[in-house]
Amino acid sequence: MVAMTQDAAAGQAPDPALVAAFDAAVAADERVEPRDWMPAEYRASLVRQMAQHAHSEIIGMQPEANWITRAPSLRRKAILMAKVQDEAGHGLYLYSAAETLGTSRDELLDKLHAGKQKYSSIFNYPTLTWADVGAIGWLVDGAAITNQVPLCRCSYGPYARAMVRICKEESFHQRQGYELLLALSQGTEAQHAMAQDAVDRWWWPSLMMFGPPDDESAHSAQSMAWRIKRHSNDELRQRFVDIAVPQAEALGLTLPDPDLKWNEERGHHDFGTIDWSEFWEVLKGNGPCNEQRIGQRRRAHEEGAWVRDAAAEYARKHGEAKA
Amino acid sequence: MSTSEWPLWEVFVRSRRGLSHTHAGSLHAPDAEMALRNARDLYTRRNEGVSIWVVPSAAVTASSPDERDPFFAPSADKPYRHPTFYEIPEGVRHL
Amino acid sequence: MTTTVDKAAALALGDDALVLAQRLGEWAGHAPVLEEEVALANIALDLLGQARVLLSLAGDEDELAFLREEREFRNLQLVEQANGDFAHTIARQLYFSVYQQLLYGELAAGDGPFAPLAAKAVKETAYHRDHAEQWTLRLGDGTDESRRRVQAGLAALWKFTGEMFRPVEGLDLDAEAMAALEARWLAAVTAVVEKAGLTLPEGPRTGAWTAGAGRQGLHTEPFGRMLAEMQHLHRSHPGASW
Repeated sequence: MVAMTQDAAAGQAPDPALVAAFDAAVAADERVEPRDWMPAEYRASLVRQMAQHAHSEIIGMQPEANWITRAPSLRRKAILMAKVQDEAGHGLYLYSAAETLGTSRDELLDKLHAGKQKYSSIFNYPTLTWADVGAIGWLVDGAAITNQVPLCRCSYGPYARAMVRICKEESFHQRQGYELLLALSQGTEAQHAMAQDAVDRWWWPSLMMFGPPDDESAHSAQSMAWRIKRHSNDELRQRFVDIAVPQAEALGLTLPDPDLKWNEERGHHDFGTIDWSEFWEVLKGNGPCNEQRIGQRRRAHEEGAWVRDAAAEYARKHGEAKA
Repeated sequence: MSTSEWPLWEVFVRSRRGLSHTHAGSLHAPDAEMALRNARDLYTRRNEGVSIWVVPSAAVTASSPDERDPFFAPSADKPYRHPTFYEIPEGVRHL
Repeated sequence: MTTTVDKAAALALGDDALVLAQRLGEWAGHAPVLEEEVALANIALDLLGQARVLLSLAGDEDELAFLREEREFRNLQLVEQANGDFAHTIARQLYFSVYQQLLYGELAAGDGPFAPLAAKAVKETAYHRDHAEQWTLRLGDGTDESRRRVQAGLAALWKFTGEMFRPVEGLDLDAEAMAALEARWLAAVTAVVEKAGLTLPEGPRTGAWTAGAGRQGLHTEPFGRMLAEMQHLHRSHPGASW
């Protein structure tokens, strides 16, 4: 948005030749690279999306890290630690991709901490039991992967490259969640109940992860045209439902939707109506954990300031000494 | 409050001996020593590398995109630099 | 060449690694900078891997980790101390990683049953030590605040460092060997601390309570709470598999 305002303030209409070259490159599925000319709105849209994605990775560490110290076996503890670590890594890849557009990570973090940029609302739900770790892996990561795989072909090069790396690394995330739930589902009665309860709570929020229906989605059409986005929200949501239904059956768990059934004619599953009022409420900040998540993030950042300052000061002293 | 954002570094990883270092991404670090360590932690978590270079992003000089054509176009009209330019009689080998 | 692993020794070393991994795991989502989230998790994962191998030599890793009582754990008191601030954690890392690297170096060089395991672990611990040293230098020679904090961390944990050099039951290192290890440890820690412009804490490195206590199953109060958190889920479902 900043870039757009500057353009407008300067009263500069972009060179039509540049616009045409850009449009042609995107239409031909070529990649846009950081120093190429790009429309201010494209840049702003990318920064917004990459920042939100990066923020989601690092806020998303919290609900799972909540169980690292309590994981019920050492094998599970190691898996969970590695997964949460990956999320920090993925946040880093995405922040560095966003930085290629001239926005520093500090700026983005400041906006997150000030509530000016969003992260995925799914992380505003609590992890109440161990089974929630499995449900996040299976459903939340599953939904995220459905969203992310097409982004590996996104028109902006650095974003697409970051996504290739992320998708490759995330392939174990969903599997570990599924395996975790399977162990619970096939375990004791109490474990099975724990797994079912987690799936009951995470199913609908996972469907909401694909964003509002296509006709209500603010940024969708333009993002599709720019090939920042390659499929519509509803299309991806349907794909996810179709994949998840047989997986739930194999788990021996049910999905909490009485209207869920196969539609022979469409060749897809029909499913019930999503409670979008809940989605908008959580997005507005009224979810169960919004304040907690952002509070912890802000605290970690503020309490870490002296550490970052110390290292910078050390570098300054010793950089001078060397020169 | 913090006043100092750590500078940005570009990371190049050699995935195995015999290959050149390729650009893996970037990261923040207060100095070169920490940049190397952070790069090791971030970009070689899954055995992706045997050697790492880190370079301050500010030290990279890039060709300007505006010069894209004049800069690179001339090399496109010199097909004689490529082996496929030359016709060799059939049956002649090791060329 | 001795091939039987002494279970008491496996427990002592395994518990050190497990308990420190658990403490480092508490940092997830709280680190001062994202790069450090990744670094601390790497160290924790290395330690957890070591713990699993070692505990498996002594029995079933999960039974040992989740079903023993506080008094049955054989780890050093140093590793069970709460994280405190980042400087406190770095001080703990410095003391322990130098010790662990020297100890595993000795074991790797010998022909005892721990040699193969130590040979792998010594590479990991070299990296942990480097991480701790780099940060000690930066905190010590950074700002006034960082110097004050790391000095405080070093001082607070000093009294837990003597215990490390009591001979470990079942390890092929007698009192004399441990004394030699201690001298090398002290020299290495002193060198880093001085290079960082810090001063080595004064005062005894063991008290009446801390001398060899952890290895005998005597721990400090924070440890019980740490175990309660670590074990509660596993214990709530007796016999369940995960």
